[in-house]
Amino acid sequence: MVVEIEPSNIEREFLLEALEKGIRVDGRGIYDYRTLKITCSPTYGLVEVQLGQTRVLARVTCEVTRPFPDRPTEGLVQFNADLSNLAAPGLDSSSGKPSVQEVAVSRMIERVIRQSRAIDTEALCILAGEKVWSVRLDLHFLDHSGNLIDAASIASIAALRHFRRPDVTIDGEEAIIHDVNERNPVPLSIHHTPICVTFGFFGSNGDLMLVDPNLLEEQVQVSSFTITLNSHREICALSKAGGVPLAPSLIQRCTQIALTKVDDINDKIQEALMA
Amino acid sequence: MSRQELISPEGLRVDGRRANELRRISCRASVLNSADGSAYYEQGNTKVLVAVYGPREPRNRSLAQQDHATINVEFNIAPFSTSERRKRSKGDKRLLEISSFVKQTFEGAIQTAIYPRSQIDIYIHLLQHDGGTLETCINAATLALVDAGISMMDYVCACTAGFIDETPILDLNFVEESSIEVPNLTVAIMPRNGNIALLQMESKLHSSKLEDVMELAVEGCKHIHRKLDQAVLVAAKDLADKLSN
Repeated sequence: MVVEIEPSNIEREFLLEALEKGIRVDGRGIYDYRTLKITCSPTYGLVEVQLGQTRVLARVTCEVTRPFPDRPTEGLVQFNADLSNLAAPGLDSSSGKPSVQEVAVSRMIERVIRQSRAIDTEALCILAGEKVWSVRLDLHFLDHSGNLIDAASIASIAALRHFRRPDVTIDGEEAIIHDVNERNPVPLSIHHTPICVTFGFFGSNGDLMLVDPNLLEEQVQVSSFTITLNSHREICALSKAGGVPLAPSLIQRCTQIALTKVDDINDKIQEALMA
Repeated sequence: MSRQELISPEGLRVDGRRANELRRISCRASVLNSADGSAYYEQGNTKVLVAVYGPREPRNRSLAQQDHATINVEFNIAPFSTSERRKRSKGDKRLLEISSFVKQTFEGAIQTAIYPRSQIDIYIHLLQHDGGTLETCINAATLALVDAGISMMDYVCACTAGFIDETPILDLNFVEESSIEVPNLTVAIMPRNGNIALLQMESKLHSSKLEDVMELAVEGCKHIHRKLDQAVLVAAKDLADKLSN
């Protein structure tokens, strides 16, 4: 098994000393994101997000399936994250069992989008109890340079908003699915756009805080915290597990900072989709 | 889907509790003979059994860490735990997620540095499922680790809270938890300094309400801490009696 390369002690010390003075190794401000670049391809639902060196490709596809018998009028939304050796050494995808990181990222995205009901699943119904759309979101991590969750959430939302499904007309009991060339495809109905913002904590009590940790910072941090907000200032998910326990007041502060970040990111997604 | 009324006009919840009331908690340490530490924990109708083995030599030499202990958590849901019998595979993402949350929480709570080159195993079995899986797992695991005599910074006490009809509610049961309109917040604290070891939330909650809901959950954690402390005391007295006889 390939072991992830840990940063050397001198690198750690340098990072921490700089951080105490309010300087980050890559020259960013404490609460700054790395450069965010969202590229929408001509194919509907294919979006690549670059957050600094971290690259994530999101692909949305759909097909017609039969709904679950207990929810005859609801379409399906499926999530899949693929974190392979391609993205970073030390990620082991050969064993068949999903890795801890893979589970964490895909479950987080699933919780963020499904549990907060970001997608209107009832709008995916074609014929109740017979046919519904099944939307599938595949996330491919191309380059891991820290903060996969934020990049994945941005890519997911952008891809879902970029996606168009074929139009359908209903004629009695029959559904006609129109070819994309025949009739303009329609966008998914999306209620709100949750975006994850991740914080890293440093120092023995976790009192040094920063936004969007890169790979080196992620390896040195003592704790991390992800908050997911939408543009209506609603919290869609919180996640903090492991690491040094944090004071409750820090969580409140993170919420305030995340609120402004989410607005910026939503604007950028809007801009990329318009282009 | 028709919306079920989760709080009656009299202010009572589906199981007859008030908004800020916990379910009945009963717990016992040292319930298994072969394990180094064990605990049985009931919170309402959610029941878990935890066994702790270790610190012991790692099964797999490559897992041994030179400067701290490795913690291994296995979480299992019994097929008979819900009204509909269902067997889950070992690779179920939800099971893996819960076990990784428990693992990460206790990595921060156990003083792993004093057990180098060893492994601590925590096996959790959910026997009956009525909501609050993660909170009961953490509480039961804390009790079992204390029973095993493993050094920890402090207890880790977890509790859930939600928000229905403008009121924060404590300790969600299965019906409340599965309603998609109810936000589900799980908090685990270290009671001595009140710091947050774990925080998970699902569904939507307005950011201005977070403080109230979290405060309520933290109150619940403190109550659970007292319950766990009593159980530890009972187990210790029991042991002392056995030693003196």
